[in-house]
Amino acid sequence: MFIIKSIETFGSYLMLMRRVFARPERWAVSLRQTLREIFQLGIDSIPIVLIISFFIGAVICIQMKLNIENAWMPKFVAGYATREILLLEFSSSIMCLILAGKVGSNITSEIGAMRVTQQIDALEIMGVNSANFLILPKVAALIFMIPILVIFSICAGIAGAYAIGFFTGIMSADDLTCGLQYDFQQWYIWCSIVKAIFFAYIITSVASFYGYTVEGGSIEVGKASTDSVVSCSVLILFADIVLTQLLMQ
Amino acid sequence: MIEVKDIHKKFGSQTVLDNINAIFDNGKANLIIGQSGAGKTVLLKCIVGLLEPEEGKVLYDGRNILSFNKREKQMLRREMGMLFQNAALFDSMSVLENVMFPLDMFSDKTYNERLKRARFCLERVNLLDAQDKSPEELSGGMQKRAAIARAIALEPRYLFCDEPNSGLDPKTSLIIDELIHGITTEYDITTIVNTHDMNSVMNIGDHIIFLADGKISWEGNKDHILNTDNKRLNEFLFSSEILRRVAGDKQ
Repeated sequence: MFIIKSIETFGSYLMLMRRVFARPERWAVSLRQTLREIFQLGIDSIPIVLIISFFIGAVICIQMKLNIENAWMPKFVAGYATREILLLEFSSSIMCLILAGKVGSNITSEIGAMRVTQQIDALEIMGVNSANFLILPKVAALIFMIPILVIFSICAGIAGAYAIGFFTGIMSADDLTCGLQYDFQQWYIWCSIVKAIFFAYIITSVASFYGYTVEGGSIEVGKASTDSVVSCSVLILFADIVLTQLLMQ
Repeated sequence: MIEVKDIHKKFGSQTVLDNINAIFDNGKANLIIGQSGAGKTVLLKCIVGLLEPEEGKVLYDGRNILSFNKREKQMLRREMGMLFQNAALFDSMSVLENVMFPLDMFSDKTYNERLKRARFCLERVNLLDAQDKSPEELSGGMQKRAAIARAIALEPRYLFCDEPNSGLDPKTSLIIDELIHGITTEYDITTIVNTHDMNSVMNIGDHIIFLADGKISWEGNKDHILNTDNKRLNEFLFSSEILRRVAGDKQ
């Protein structure tokens, strides 16, 4: 029963995506909508990304310093490990899990509320492809913004590591800089961005699907919002395994 | 003109619409009335193509919407305007942007021409002063008027209203009814109003269809409705205390 329901849901998702990736009725209107979403989903997410990345960068630095460093290890190892964690996992996967909560629930509740208040029916009656009009700008906006958010997250995490070294004195700026620069692979930044782009698609499309297909009233919208965050998180974690395996081999 | 032929609609084993045949002329306010659960909303959704009946035809000036593919349906819908029960204005837009929206999507006019048309529509519903307000700043009646302005922006040939007076006081309902009727006659469009508001029936009922148990139980106009001997319709009409008293006075 669960398998059949899952296949049906996946089928509905694919059919919705077919409508989403149709040609927009008016490019100018779609572009205007995309700019609005860039602000709402991307620019508005910058503060939370910066704050969380800054503190996590600081905590990772402390943990690495306290748990990894010993007499046999070079002093820069904490900086090196901090950079690797930030680049390879935190700034892409963990940040997208956080965004799944913020952006995903926002998208589901917005589209869900439009569904239950008949705004989507109003679009359909006008002859507008509502899936394309509402969802495509969100997908495009977050995919456009996610590389910027990843770079901001990496920078904020590194700034957090420097700040904790400066304020607590657990590590000198020179050691940290040495660690951050040691054996630097530019590809890791690209990996982080590529992974985040996939995650951005998962967040926007899955959250939109939950909102678009909601039936009932405000309680159902709330439930759909929670379900969408859970589904996005699980799918991101699953996709992370696959993408990491593919990109890091 | 919209013609509905032999419409059958089921939900599971329950028949909601059974052999519905009706003609809705242009330039007239065509009302579908009936008790809650009689099938009014389902019939309206079948007519606009939001639901597909198991059998039958819905002809828009001879064009059967049920035989259309998605693209053709979208094209036909550009000739329709619809007023929803809760107005369904877009929250993220101002009143003017709401009215501009269908024009932005489907009109080839310049920005200034579109703006002029949107302002004209708002003026028509006496709402020009509220053009910069957001929908939540408007009262229920103003929201309905804004929704009417949006519905007529593209000069539709067909106008559908689903419970236009729900949640409104009698005076505001009268304003909405007169607006719908005025627009219908002024632009000679085919208007179908789904209602159970007796004031609307008596004000604008040029052509009335009474649905009961998914069937057309009575058809006529406001001049004949109070003199009908249809038992189900009389039960429906005179469930209102005011009408019962009016009928009592007449007798």
